[in-house]
Amino acid sequence: MNSFWIATIGTSVIAFVLKYAGHNVPERIFAHPKIQSINALIPIALLSALVAVQTFTEKSQLTIDHRLAGVSAAVIALMLKAPFPVVVISAAITSAGIYNWF
Amino acid sequence: MSRIESTTFRDSLSVSITVGAYGTAFGAAAVANGFSVLQTCLLSLLTFSGASQFAVIGVLGAGGGAISGIVTASLLGIRNGVYGVIMAPRLKVKGFKRIVAAQITIDESTAVALGQEVRGESAMRQGFWLTGFGVFLFWNLFTVAGALGAQSMGDIRAWGLDSAVPAAFLGLVWPRLKTKRDRILAVACVVFALAMTPILPAGLPIIATAFIAVAVGLRK
Repeated sequence: MNSFWIATIGTSVIAFVLKYAGHNVPERIFAHPKIQSINALIPIALLSALVAVQTFTEKSQLTIDHRLAGVSAAVIALMLKAPFPVVVISAAITSAGIYNWF
Repeated sequence: MSRIESTTFRDSLSVSITVGAYGTAFGAAAVANGFSVLQTCLLSLLTFSGASQFAVIGVLGAGGGAISGIVTASLLGIRNGVYGVIMAPRLKVKGFKRIVAAQITIDESTAVALGQEVRGESAMRQGFWLTGFGVFLFWNLFTVAGALGAQSMGDIRAWGLDSAVPAAFLGLVWPRLKTKRDRILAVACVVFALAMTPILPAGLPIIATAFIAVAVGLRK
């Protein structure tokens, strides 16, 4: 079994276990404000890191290429309060434009 | 279940279709990152949590191992567990129904349910089930479309798909950046992940930022 299958199955199993566990624990466990604060901060940390790595790295090396143009377009779309699909599509179009031009 | 509130129905349906449509981006991105169409569809059916799904394909696409991908996706999946804690006392279901409820416990079903609070607990339950099933249906249909589309594209860079993935992450994190502390954390994690990329094995720089989040959360 290759790593893509292990990742597919492992991610799916743990995702369900986490969801199901939540339905089976008493609500007061998560009442602590620090737990709530950490719960809100972890997605911010991971998603920000993913944006950076997916934009600026290629095989563990830092690089600047057409993807920066695409993600910049996404930033502009978000600042203009565009809905999610518009954000993704404007990034793709900009990136493809730069990639095909040069 | 009593009569379905029309406002609740409208909220649920509009969220289901718009969110479901992002499934196209996921399906295309997963295939572009080396997942097969079958694996892509299984992720949408079984993992069924957008951020986690994008995370696992992002980490493996960047050359990370299966464990790094699973850990990153699972850290993002913790919040679904927290939603379960919030929803369980309101849904009051057991056995098989609880298993189904767990699978559709995601950002959207929880958000729509909580948005119905003024209309009472019955409307909250309706919002949860309608949105959960609705997103599940459309997310999976659009995933198949995106995956098959990407498969026939050839060089994914020529279609901008390699930028669609970071743009999707950006779209997911953007609405979460509410306070100054959130934004400082985001910038710190960007700098940290990039600085560690040439040093640590692929995937670890991303996972490590979760510890920064815990440290920031404990401080105040």
